[in-house]
Amino acid sequence: MPFYSEKVMEHFQNPRNVGEIKDADGIGEVGNPVCGDMMTFYIKVKENKLEDVKFKTFGCGAAIAVSSMVSELAKGKTIDEAIKITNASVAQELGGLPPNKMHCSNLGADALHKAIENYRKKSGEKK
Amino acid sequence: MREVYLENQANTKIDERVVSEMLPFLKENYGNAQSMNSLGAVSKDAVEKAREQVADLIGAKENEIYFTSCGSESNNLAVKGVAEAYNKKGKHIIVSGIEHFSVLYSARRLSQSGFEITYLPVDKYGFVSPDDIKKSLRSDTILVSVQHANPEIGTIQPIEEISKICREKNVLFHTDAVCTAGIIPVDVNKSGVDLLSLSGSQFYGPKGSSALYIKKGVRIIPQIDGGIQENGRRAGTENVPAIVGLGKACEIIKTETDENYKKMIHLRDRIISELPKKIEYIYINGPLDKRLPNNVNFSVEFIEGEGMFLHLDGKGIYVSSGSACASKSLKMSHVLSAIKVDAALGQGSILMTLSKYNTDDEIDYVLSEFPKIVKKLRDISPLYDYFQKTGKRHVAGPGTDYEHEHEHEKDNE
Repeated sequence: MPFYSEKVMEHFQNPRNVGEIKDADGIGEVGNPVCGDMMTFYIKVKENKLEDVKFKTFGCGAAIAVSSMVSELAKGKTIDEAIKITNASVAQELGGLPPNKMHCSNLGADALHKAIENYRKKSGEKK
Repeated sequence: MREVYLENQANTKIDERVVSEMLPFLKENYGNAQSMNSLGAVSKDAVEKAREQVADLIGAKENEIYFTSCGSESNNLAVKGVAEAYNKKGKHIIVSGIEHFSVLYSARRLSQSGFEITYLPVDKYGFVSPDDIKKSLRSDTILVSVQHANPEIGTIQPIEEISKICREKNVLFHTDAVCTAGIIPVDVNKSGVDLLSLSGSQFYGPKGSSALYIKKGVRIIPQIDGGIQENGRRAGTENVPAIVGLGKACEIIKTETDENYKKMIHLRDRIISELPKKIEYIYINGPLDKRLPNNVNFSVEFIEGEGMFLHLDGKGIYVSSGSACASKSLKMSHVLSAIKVDAALGQGSILMTLSKYNTDDEIDYVLSEFPKIVKKLRDISPLYDYFQKTGKRHVAGPGTDYEHEHEHEKDNE
């Protein structure tokens, strides 16, 4: 059996929503290069919905696939819905991750939540 | 799909001539080499012929060759076997910090039963300093174990010099020659070692075919008890097909070492010189001189090794990586740590090891595919993005707050 599920490999080979949003409403970053995984998420919010989600990721196959899956799950969702995306649910959507990748590489939901926090902080400040 | 196998430090493709030699011992010649009947005698003769072939490759005598199941077993037998045989003389052992885990963990096991272990540091190219060995030797030192070369970064150690130092102090010297035997000339007389591990799967023999050279007069305590095989030093029914395969692999490689060396070093140097012209910010790990002819190890900055090897795998190019993510233990390679490769850079390490089967055409393919893969991964790397925008290397800590980091940079500007 290959190390990663077919779905993980498919997202790794063809990651969705890669890039950055120049005038992002929120940015979230988790991990660091020393650990081997780092993800930056950008969100654009319109009428309380995630109109656009983009990311850049440094990391292994799992980290890239997770980022791609999170971006796909979050795009178009309301903020409240997006907050409910968890690392565990992302792993499930990907058809599972190898046990040793569950913690270190499965940070996509955390990065997304950080971007939402960042957006809330910014929009709070504006008011 | 096209396949280019560049993971020859893990295993080599078996030579067809070796397979042919082994087949009768997997089929009709199935007797136990210890049996007194005629079928047993066929196996026994084959084992003894193989012993001569192995001895001949490294300049040893037949009765100094002991067959084992793998390089790890040879290393375990050497380190633990000598320690147990000489523990009345002393309980101090010296090993380098970049040994294979079968040496390092054997040493660690011994340290739990009263032995004291000195782990020698290496320089930034992976070389052990003979002076460090001189300084570390004590009156109770019984064994020094330093590998002939490192499989990951290719560093060839000065084992003749180390051996001489040990001999002068009457200390036994073991070398793990698993990644040199069959690749570069290995001669136990010239190097003067007391024990030497080698493995047939590294030079076109089958898996499970290894040996330990033990110089005549060196005592050793078996690590597998239970039988008279291997002169009482390693119990267990002889794996005759594997032993026959190892013997044949030794016989073949003896006539081919020079030719293979030239071929591999040509391909190695092509990769080492041409890849940096196609990819910016890549750095060679290990020395340029005194390097295994089949070893290439680069750190590619801003991206991670597992991502690279998965994409290469998708193109039929089989390599390995020393990154934490690519290891099952999620730790960066102990070798890269020992030569003090920056932890972030170590994540981008990629190891390619050649064999006699690789061709210029295959290397052309690798040189054309690899840069595209690096570009693909750099295009999605936040570290590369940051570097391109600011010219700075992003060194972020755990739980990095993006806003905070970036405010901090504005302050600096």
